[in-house]
Amino acid sequence: MPETTYLDASELMINMGPQHPATHGVLRVKLKLDGERVLGSECVIGYLHRGVEKIAENRTYAQFAPYTDRMDYVAAVTNGMGYVEAVEKLLGVEVPPRAQFTRMVLAELQRLASHLLWLGTHALDLGAMTPVFYTFREREEILKIFEKYCGARLTTHAFRIGGLQYDLYDGLEQDCLKFCEYLLPKIDEYEQLLTKNRIWINRTRGVGVLSAADAIAYGVTGPVLRGSGVKWDIRKVQPYEAYDKVEFDVPTGEHGDTYDRYIVRIQEMRQSVRIVRQCVERLAPGPIFGKVGKVIKPPAGEVYHSIEAPKGELGYFVVSDGTVNPYRVRVRPPSFVNLQALDIMIRGHLVADVVAVIGTLDIVLGEVDR
Amino acid sequence: MDALQKAFPGAIQEAVIFRKMPSITVAKESLLALCHFLRSEAGGAYTLLTDETAVDYPKREKRFDIVYHLYSFERNDRLRLKVLAAAAEPVPSVTEVWPAANWLEREVYDMFGVVYEGHPDLKRILLPDEWVGHPLRKDYDILRQDAAWVKSNLGIESGQ
Repeated sequence: MPETTYLDASELMINMGPQHPATHGVLRVKLKLDGERVLGSECVIGYLHRGVEKIAENRTYAQFAPYTDRMDYVAAVTNGMGYVEAVEKLLGVEVPPRAQFTRMVLAELQRLASHLLWLGTHALDLGAMTPVFYTFREREEILKIFEKYCGARLTTHAFRIGGLQYDLYDGLEQDCLKFCEYLLPKIDEYEQLLTKNRIWINRTRGVGVLSAADAIAYGVTGPVLRGSGVKWDIRKVQPYEAYDKVEFDVPTGEHGDTYDRYIVRIQEMRQSVRIVRQCVERLAPGPIFGKVGKVIKPPAGEVYHSIEAPKGELGYFVVSDGTVNPYRVRVRPPSFVNLQALDIMIRGHLVADVVAVIGTLDIVLGEVDR
Repeated sequence: MDALQKAFPGAIQEAVIFRKMPSITVAKESLLALCHFLRSEAGGAYTLLTDETAVDYPKREKRFDIVYHLYSFERNDRLRLKVLAAAAEPVPSVTEVWPAANWLEREVYDMFGVVYEGHPDLKRILLPDEWVGHPLRKDYDILRQDAAWVKSNLGIESGQ
């Protein structure tokens, strides 16, 4: 859009947001319109900027971990997991198997929670009121497990550098298995509400099409990339923790439209249930903490570590100068990079479809702005 | 790596592997040609630019490390690329190679004040357009703020 600075008589510039219920936070999109049709757009972000990366330089490695929860605040567990793994990689520490499988259980539950929240709000944006009540009901069960495990529901700070602070509470395994049993028929229920619903199909089929080539060029990752037909999941191609020891499939779409991305995320939820079940089986008794000293002082060096967060590739680039404070922590947030593709996805569509595309990208502004 | 050395003699200033991740520092002059090469089939098909950022070392003559993280789907392999730049020295933009660099470079400009040559729309992205200063530079104290901006736009003495 920057190429044109004037408006034609039939063109109209409107601001969508920052206070708009369908922008999922404080995102402002400047839309250039011809009637109802979008000619171009520009995102204005930064309303939630808190300077997380600067804070990191003024904290010790362990002190910074809770801040990561506050970026993608609907998927705090995976955010923290990416960070502690990055520091572990820098330290060269191995995490014991029990801790690995516990992390995977909680991370997959977090992915379910994040996708459930996405599904409910996305459907609500497009006019389907019912799913949001159902998905929040199921998400609540996950948050209860988190609360029982570490005392917090959202900003969990569940893991520590080197392992876990808490061992599992008695009955976590049963709680998880019971939840899996409970959730699967519920996913079928959501699908009954939406998958063959004509209104849903009309609102999502062919909307916000992103080709595989464009997706890669714009750095898009996660379910959005898989919706465009690229079978790429970091858990599979560069496994971390013990993802190479569990079986799961990587669902992909064909057309790269909003409907395909919906199907991909629904399938991912089923796969996450599969992973949780396998991990719970493998939770053998054992130590939960690796060989990490009281003072975390990594050798000078740089590491980049990325994980498959619910929204895409979440990367941490940590630079150490050999002191107790990180010299630099760079967060590569999936939402920020994915949001870049918004412009090419909504061109030529109607204003109402902008809401659909923002929803399908599954952004969290806390993570976009950091 | 050998192919790179052959194609761009003298461009690679340093190559290290730390924690299994290769990292190469290249000369600024050959950055664009090298990026085009890396993106092509012959260069390893590094089609995904996962991240671009900077690190500030104020005591060095060239204080900024501009860091690129590349990924190749074909080789399932990550590569770190680095370019050194002085404070006011423009760096070639890689947006023509990877469009994903657009916002990432705007963020580096915003936070470090690194100027990119050939960027289509270089302006601040997270901070307000009129903000003075680049917060992620090491000489920018954590409690510092643009007091004039805060006062005139928010009507308060301090944001802290």
